[in-house]
Amino acid sequence: MNPILLAVIIVTVIGVIGAVILVAASILMYVPVDERVEQITGVLAGANCGACGCAGCADYAKSIVEDGAPVNKCTPGGAACAAAIAQIMGVEAGATVAMKAVVGCAGTCEKTSKKYEYAGLSSCQAVKGLYGGDGMCKYGCLGYGDCVAACPFDAIHIVDGVAKVDREKCVGCGACASACPNAVISIVPEHKRKPVVLCQNKDKGADTRKACTAGCIGCMKCAKACPKEAITVENNLAFIDQDKCVGCQLCVKECPVGIIRVPAAE
Amino acid sequence: MAMKLAAIFFTMILVDNYVLAKFLGICPFLGVSKKLDSAVGMSLAVTFVMVLATAATWPIQIYILNPFGMEYLQTIVFILIIAILVQLLENILKKYIPTLYKSLGVYLPLITTNCTILGVTILNLDNGYNFIESIVCAAGAGIGFLVAMVIFSGVRRRVEEANVPKCFEGLPITLVAAAMTSLSFMGFGGIVEAIFGA
Repeated sequence: MNPILLAVIIVTVIGVIGAVILVAASILMYVPVDERVEQITGVLAGANCGACGCAGCADYAKSIVEDGAPVNKCTPGGAACAAAIAQIMGVEAGATVAMKAVVGCAGTCEKTSKKYEYAGLSSCQAVKGLYGGDGMCKYGCLGYGDCVAACPFDAIHIVDGVAKVDREKCVGCGACASACPNAVISIVPEHKRKPVVLCQNKDKGADTRKACTAGCIGCMKCAKACPKEAITVENNLAFIDQDKCVGCQLCVKECPVGIIRVPAAE
Repeated sequence: MAMKLAAIFFTMILVDNYVLAKFLGICPFLGVSKKLDSAVGMSLAVTFVMVLATAATWPIQIYILNPFGMEYLQTIVFILIIAILVQLLENILKKYIPTLYKSLGVYLPLITTNCTILGVTILNLDNGYNFIESIVCAAGAGIGFLVAMVIFSGVRRRVEEANVPKCFEGLPITLVAAAMTSLSFMGFGGIVEAIFGA
C-alpha cells in the first residue's frame, strides 16, 4: 500500500477514535451547570478576595444558587453588585454596609522607637519571632509590610513605619487582617463620624508611655465622656463598640494621647 | 530488575532532571514557580499526565506505528494522543473527582501543550525502555519536575526579597537563578550509577 496513504489513514483513524471517545465522554459525564451560576459570576467583582467567606467568586456564585447564601456578601462589588445578583435570583437585595480595614496603631516613627536593629528577612512574621519584634511596643504595627504583600487591591502601604489603608481602594476583604501577625488590623463598618481606638497596647499606662507616646494608657477619660456607654477599657486598652456608638466624637476631644480618631475623616 | 527500575527512577529525578538537566518545560518552570502551592499543583498535574501519556503512547508506538514502519509519525500521533488524553481526563475529573479538578484548575489544559510530556514519551522509546520501565521513568520525570519546581519557588522567594540591580530586575535575575539551580544539579552526575550500579 502507498505509505503516504497508510500514514494518512492511521492518523485519521486514531483521530476519529479519539473524537468518538471524547464525544461519548462528554455525553456520559455531562455535569449540569445552573446558568444562573455563570451569570452571577459575571456580575461579581471577580477579585477572588474571599471577603464573602467562600473560596473565590465562582464558589460564592455557586453557594448563592445552590445553598441560598445571602446576595449582599460581595464587599468589592458593593450595593450595585448585590442588586444585580438579586435581579438574577429574583429576591430583595438587603442593605450592604461598606467594610474597610482599619490599622489600629498610631505608633509612627516619631512616636515610638526601635528596641534593636533588625536586618533579616523583610517580613512582619519573621521579625515578630525575634523577641516579639524590633519595636519598643510589642503590640503595634511591625511595619514590615506582610499586609502590603497580602492586599490584592494595592490598598495598604507602610507610611512612616505604620501600615496605612488607602480608603478609596480598600474593599474590606480582610486579607491584610489575617496576614498581620499582631492582629493590628480590623475590618470595621465604614462610618463618617464613628471613631476607633488606634492602639493595641495592653500594658499598664506607665509602661505604654515608655514604649510609645501614641499609646492608650487606659486613663478611662473616653469611657467617662461617652454618653452612650459605648466605650469600655479592658486590660488598659479602650475599645469602642461600633453598634452603640452614635458618632458624637466627645471621646476624640477627651483622649490625652490623641489616638481616638475617625478613620473615614483622615 | 528492581535495582534497574530504582536506578531509572532516581536518575530521572536527580541526574537527568527534565527541567534542570534537559531544559524541557522551562515555560511552566518560570511561569508557575512564583508561589509554592501553585508550583506543587502544576507539578502533580504534570506527573499524573506524564504517567498516563506514557501508558497510552508506548503501546501505540510498539503495536501500531512500528509494525507499519510509521515511526516518523511519532510526534504528530503523540501530540494527538496527549491532547485527547488530557481532554478526557478533564471530563472524568469534573464528573467524579470535582475537588481534584478544582485544585488542578487551569493547569490541566495548560499541560496539553507542555513539551516535557511529549519529551518523556519520546525519550522513553528512544532509550528502548519496556512498558514498566517507561512508566517508572515517567513517574521519576514527574517527581523530578516537582522537585525542581519546589526548589526553585524557594529560590525565587529569596530572589524577590533581594536587592537586585535595576538592569537585572524581573526575568533576567530569575534566569540567572535558574541557571545556578541547574548548575547545582550537575553535582548529582554519576551518583545514581554509583549507588545502584546500573
